[in-house]
Formats: sequence, C-alpha cells, structure tokens
Amino acid sequence: MGDKIFTKQGWVESLRGLAGDYMVFVPVKEGDMYAFRHLDNDTKVAFDDYHNTRMSPKSIVYPQSERMFEYSLDKQDPDCNILKEVPKTFAPQAIVGIRPCDAHAFQISKRNFDTPEYRDPWWVQRYEATTLIGLGCNSPRSTCFCTAMGGGPFDEEGLDVLMFDMGETYLVRALTDKGEAFLGKLNGGRSADKTDREAALRLSDHVRDGMPDVVPVDPIRNKEIKDIFDASFWDDVAFACLNCGTCTFLCPACWCFDVQDEVYGREGDRIRNWDSCMFPLFTLHGSGHNPRAKKFQRVRQRFMHKFKYYVDKFDDGFQCTGCGRCVQFCPVNIDIRDVLRLMSDEPPVRLSA
Amino acid sequence: MENPYLPYPVCIDNIVTETDDRSLKTFRLVFINPEDRDNFVYAPGQFAELSVPGKGEIPIGIASSPTEEGFVSFTVNRVGLVSTFLHNMKEGDIIGIRGPLGNSYPWDRMEGKNVVIIGGGFAFTTLRSSIVFMIDPKNRSRFNNIRVVYGARNPGMLLYRDELMAWEKRDDIEMHITVDGTDDPDWKYNVGFVPSVTEEKITSADNAIAIVCGPPIMIKFTQPVLEKLGFSPENIILSLEMRMKCGIGMCGRCNIGDKYVCKDGPVFSQAEMKRLPPEY
Repeated sequence: MGDKIFTKQGWVESLRGLAGDYMVFVPVKEGDMYAFRHLDNDTKVAFDDYHNTRMSPKSIVYPQSERMFEYSLDKQDPDCNILKEVPKTFAPQAIVGIRPCDAHAFQISKRNFDTPEYRDPWWVQRYEATTLIGLGCNSPRSTCFCTAMGGGPFDEEGLDVLMFDMGETYLVRALTDKGEAFLGKLNGGRSADKTDREAALRLSDHVRDGMPDVVPVDPIRNKEIKDIFDASFWDDVAFACLNCGTCTFLCPACWCFDVQDEVYGREGDRIRNWDSCMFPLFTLHGSGHNPRAKKFQRVRQRFMHKFKYYVDKFDDGFQCTGCGRCVQFCPVNIDIRDVLRLMSDEPPVRLSA
Repeated sequence: MENPYLPYPVCIDNIVTETDDRSLKTFRLVFINPEDRDNFVYAPGQFAELSVPGKGEIPIGIASSPTEEGFVSFTVNRVGLVSTFLHNMKEGDIIGIRGPLGNSYPWDRMEGKNVVIIGGGFAFTTLRSSIVFMIDPKNRSRFNNIRVVYGARNPGMLLYRDELMAWEKRDDIEMHITVDGTDDPDWKYNVGFVPSVTEEKITSADNAIAIVCGPPIMIKFTQPVLEKLGFSPENIILSLEMRMKCGIGMCGRCNIGDKYVCKDGPVFSQAEMKRLPPEY
C-alpha cells in the first residue's frame, strides 16, 4: 500500500470508524497536560497542539498495576492457596499519535520482557496486540534529544505507521504488515503523489537538522564499568536529588517492577506494580543490609543502568530515547544530558532551539 | 503462553527446627502434581522462589540435593514478613515454589578437581546440597578430595548437625567445623572465624576449586586467605544474595553492574566479580 493523504478531520472520523476492530488511544488535553485516552465519539483529539503526553504511553502495554494471580485463602476451599492466572483478553489496540521516541522505548523494553529464556506473558501479549501509529514531530521541545539517542523526530523504528503533519492534511505511511492491516481497515483518504512525498521528506529533513547530534556509544562502551562507577562526579550529580522517582515514573524506557500480595478477607491477589530504583526499599535485604542505602548510589544506578549496564548487556544503543520527560519534570532540574556528558567525556549535547 | 511467574503448588511434608534459637527451619516440600516434580530439574547452587499466598515470595537456595528424590527442601531464616509467616505454617499446608532459578556451582569445571567448600552461618544450605550430591555413591568418583570448612556463631547455630556428625565419621570427606565461640567444655571441634580456620586447615590449592557461601563479612575476609593459599580468581567461586522479586532477570532490582544475581548468578567467580562494582 502506498502513502495516503487524509484531511485532518477525515483522519479522526476514519479512526472513529475502527471502534469494532481496535481499542484506539489518542492524545487528549487534560488541564495543562496531555494524556493518551480511549477514543470515543466525543473525544477531542489533540494531534494538532500537543508536543507529547506527560505520562508516557508505556502503561497501555505495561499497566502501572496489574493483577497477576488470584487465590483463595479459605481452608474449606479445595483450591486453598493455589494460585490461578487472572483471566485476561488481549484485544487489538492502537496508539495513534505516539511520538517516535515513545515507540523506540517499546523496542528497548522488549529486550527486557521478551528474552530467549523467559517471556513475560502480559507484556508480550499486550505488545503483540498493539499497533503503533506514530506522529512525526514538527516542532520538538527544548528538552527533546531523540537524535542524540539514535532516534529522530520522524524515526520509523518500532512504529507500524508514521503520520506526517502537512498542515491541512496528514500523509500516512504503513511501515509494517501490522500497519498495513490497520490502514486497510480505514475508510477515506486518497493516494499520496510525488509532490506529497517530497514535501514530507523536506519537512522531516528540516526538523531533524535542528536537532542535537547523535551521542556516540563507543566512548562509554569502551570504558570499564568501575571507571565510571567510581568517578568523582556522582556526589554532585545527586546533591539536589530528592529521590522522588518522577524520572523513573515518567520514563517510557524504565521497566522495573515490584510484586506484592494483597488480601481481601479470604481471597487474595498477587499484583505487580511499577517500582523505582530511586527508593531504598527497592534493594533492602531481609537482613537489613542494603547495597544501595545511600541516595547517590541510587542516582548512580539510574544513570549507570541507562548508559552503561544496558549498553554492555545488549550492545545496541542506550536505554533512553531522548523524550526529555525527566528533564522537563524533575523538580530540582537534574538534566540527564549533563550526566551523560560527564559519563562519556563527550562535548555537551547541543540543545535544540 | 507459559507463565514464568506461576508457582508449582507443593505440600509442606516435614518441618525441622535447625538451630537452638529456632530462627532456622528446614521445610521439606512435595509437589502436588507429578509433572511439576518432573519439570523441577536442578543442580546444587540454584535457588527457587518460595511463594506464600497472601504474603509474597522469597528467594531461597535449594538445600536438598538432586540425588534425594521425591522432595525439595529449603532452610529458611526467620527475618521478614514471608519467612515469619512460613515459620508458623504446619505440615500439610500448601505453598508454591517457582524455579529452579539462577545458575549453579560450576559442576562441569569441578569434575576431577579437589573441592574446597567454605560456608558460614545459615548460608550453608546450597553447600549442604553440594556435599550430599558429591558424596552420593553415583558421584563421588567424579571429584577428587573434598574439604569443608563450616562455621557458625556457636554450636547451637550449626545447621544439619546430625549430618555434620555423620560426615565427620567418613574418610572420603575432610570436615573442619568451627564456631566463633562456645562455653561448652566438651566442644571437640575448632573455635575461630572461618577465614582463619581456612588458612590453618586448607594447606593446598593444588588442582582445587573453592566454593564460598556465607555472610558478606565472611566472604570479604575469606577471599584474601584463598588468594594467599594460591587459588586463582577463576577458582574462587562465590554465591551471592540480593533482594529479588521476579527471579528471572526482569524486575530490575538485583543487579550488580550489568549482571542480575537472579539470572546471571547467584554463583559468580571472583574473576567475574572483580570487573563489577562492589554494590552487594
């Protein structure tokens, strides 16, 4: 299928026509911020005015809290204390308007949840049921640095469809079979011609040219773990940190979780919840010993994981997409780009305008 | 899709209180479904998650040996929510186990070698598994001499006392039991910390691999002793502990550098540990 052109209004109407086939998520404005919400008949879609959502769309594949198992604690019940999987369906869903950085984050998380030895059944099945319809970024924010992390404002990695905002219209391009299937169900639109495609290319090239240069992985990969771990700058980096966990909570590529049992009368659930390396409880042993008892150790862990341990483990870029949420929302203005520069001894990441 | 978080249901078949202070109990568990028992194939050094419905899961080293068929056993120290609840459970109660998890001691590399086992306190569990495995008639000829240094705070804190006495009497395993201190005038074994007893009793590192499992302080002070005795970093094998949840390398908390203790470990050579940060 070739590229298609939709009027902006026609695109949203076509999406509404998918109700029977997909659960469609779109960005909407809530207060001063944006969030991905289910598209229904009166949803006011914010494709035109949003830079990105405050919370990343990771929760659509990986909910903040998820019931894993349920069980009876009633001794009269023959199945007392036997865990049963919570029944779930993984119906087709689509995230329309996801930014390329957030799609890139699913590729990063996939390495954690879909491994040769073990597959996380909930993450994998929900991810496989999800179609990602990206919206290229015409005007990245000052906190955006996707290009530095190997992505880009119109990067296709991890997307099934890419939309170009051409002003009055969207040029829509299928990138995968999943994307073809999604577009095949849409009504309306016309085929894009050469002029449309050239205009889209000019747009994406122009935006990319204003973005920071890629940060090379080699200077960090070639260092020993301990050389960065023992560097003198960690106290300074951590000085203002509150360990509030906002950065890890908003990060589309942070995947750590906790598992807890909750009991209601004679029934219980095993639940998993997002967790954060910013919290001392994350690593506290039963004995009382804590390998990361100090704040600076936890701050160091976050950056070492993203920029060194991940690099050493997977040898494919950083565990960061440059979405800039942690920079934008950190209450004490810790800037991950500054820390990356310290770790790599590279010149500062050039900020976009 | 197979669910790696789903525990096998097991029945608590037998509970033994190991120590005088009753803080350590050994739970013998029997699988409810025979196919689960057949799937649970393990090697000494591996661990499992014990799953107590309503409370949670704890990662515990497997104390039984694969040569002991029909059950798996775990020695649990009472420290937190799950272990305290488990200590109050009864024979016949149902819990779950998830595993086996992690790597094991390097059994391929240990074939034909002299094996030195060094353990302290309640970390002796997977070492007990290893000893039972090695002295089994089917396996004993695969290993050269076996030397064991095992220490506890006092005689009442030694695990598996009946077995220790039985091993003492054998001539195919050299036992060096020690306690930090005792007021028992009839104590006929060693008094002293594990590192110094190791230095005194293990006189040769020839063709030998040392397996070390114990509290962090013991691990710390035993390593230089082994180095002095001539063990190379590749031949010093450490088994580590960490707070864990998933046990399969996904939840993110048990890392030391780029390694997860649950999946890449819990067994590491000292050579591997030297390139990792001392964050454990």
